[in-house]
Parts: sequence; structure tokens; C-alpha cells
Amino acid sequence: MTFIELANPYRFQMLARVLIPALAAVSAFVIGLGLWLGFHAPADYQQGAMVLVMYIHVPFAWLSLGAYTLMAIAALGTLVWRHPLADVAGKAAAEVGAGFCFLCLVTGALWGRPTWGTYWNWDPRLTSVLVLFLLYLGVLVLWRAVEDPGRAGRAAAILALVGFVNVPIVKFSVNWWNSIHQQASVMRLDGPSIHSSMLTPLLISAVGFAALFVTLHLAVMRNELLRRRVRTLRILVAANNEAR
Amino acid sequence: MDLGPHASFIVASYAAAVVVLGAFILWVLLDYRFQRRALRELEAQAPRRR
Repeated sequence: MTFIELANPYRFQMLARVLIPALAAVSAFVIGLGLWLGFHAPADYQQGAMVLVMYIHVPFAWLSLGAYTLMAIAALGTLVWRHPLADVAGKAAAEVGAGFCFLCLVTGALWGRPTWGTYWNWDPRLTSVLVLFLLYLGVLVLWRAVEDPGRAGRAAAILALVGFVNVPIVKFSVNWWNSIHQQASVMRLDGPSIHSSMLTPLLISAVGFAALFVTLHLAVMRNELLRRRVRTLRILVAANNEAR
Repeated sequence: MDLGPHASFIVASYAAAVVVLGAFILWVLLDYRFQRRALRELEAQAPRRR
């Protein structure tokens, strides 16, 4: 099945019906495995048990950036290729991505208090992630503010594309400016600097949360397609009642 | 398992994740049921194509 064939909402719904429960089961199992391994890994020599927050905070951070990248690709699909499912995918990515970004900020603040002595600091990494969250909210507000889904999709796509400039800023903020946030310790040119006893659970946990993200993304897309069908039928029924 | 002197921060982090993700999953499931019901009702009222 090609990507273009998925443009057919009926075909997408058929695929989603199979994929959503299967991916939900996979994500529950893999997240459980990753966290179980994390809780049985040795404590960090500096942070002690606080390192347990890493197994959820880091996947939330990666997926916040991943979801925004997906939203930007979907925005291109809306504006350039006019793919019928692109704006549905973009809206769903914004909703799920905003949730993951919120959790990234909350777990980061709770990790920061005992580690840095503060919940919040106007540091380049923390501030750029807050901007990312505000961009997600901006895209969602645009979707709610414009009633016609086609126009709302195009407006949200423009904001999503303009805001994409923030994604590399989030990633490289710790390298470009002085930051209290630690530098990248997994995605580095010279390889991960985390010990394998903690890296393995982290990567497994990240795969599990990525599967959860895909599950939620597909489920939200399915709901959005239903919502559009409901909207069309409401207009049709109202027009029919008026004609009588 | 000993979570050390900062146990409350670890528990709060995991609790936040469970609450937010749980609420999101619940919202997605309820929205699906609501949209399906609305669609069924409207399809019964909608004019048939000839």
C-alpha cells in the first residue's frame, strides 16, 4: 500500500482499526520493560535515584521535537502537495505533541529542583522548549479559531512551518549558549556518554513511548476524520431540513 | 526500592506522566465514542443519495 493510497480516508480507517490496538499493546509492553529495567539499573553515581526521571523525561523531550517535525512535514503536505490527510495528521501531531511537550516541561522542572536547586530558569534550553510548547498551543488555537477545516489547516500549517526554526534551536541550544542543562549525552557524534546499564532501559523506554505516540496519533487522526464526516452530515441535514 | 531523599520528586514525575497520558487516552476514547454515536444518528437522518 503506497502513501498516496492512504489518502483514502476509508482505507486509513481500516488500517487504523488494526494498528491502534496492536500498537497500544506493543507500547504498553515496551514501556513496562524499559521502566522495569530502569528501576533495576544501578543508581547514578552523582544523582542517585533521581536518574529514574530520565527514563520518562528524555523520551518526552525527543517526542516533543519529533512530533513538531512530523507537524512541519504534514504542513508541507497541506501547503505544497495538498495531501487530503496531511492537515488531519498535522492537527493530530499538534494535540499529541503538546501533551508530550507539557510532560517534558513538568518532569524537567521536577528533575531540576533537586539537581539544580530550582524548578525553572530562563536558560536557553528550557526557554526554547517553552517556546516549542507555546507554538503547539498557537497551532491548536488556530485550529479552534477558524471554523472551516480547510482554512484552519492552511493557517496552522504556515505557523507550524515558521515555528520549525525553533526545533534546531532546542536541540543545539546547549551547545550554542551557556546552559545549566547538560549537553546531549545520547545523540552525539562521538557516541553516547551514558553507561549501557542506563542507556539500554532509556532506549527501550523511548521506543515504547514512540509506539504510544504513534498509537495516539493514529487514534486522534481517526477521531478527526469522524468529526469532519459528522460536520459534513450536519450541514447536509440542516440544508435538507431548510429545503422542506 | 529506596528512592532516596528526593523520592517525592520521582513519584511526582511518574504521577504527572500517568495522569496526563491517562487523561489524554480517556479523552481520545470518549471522543471516538461520541463521534461514532453522532455519525450513526446523522446517517439515519441524512438524505439518501439516488
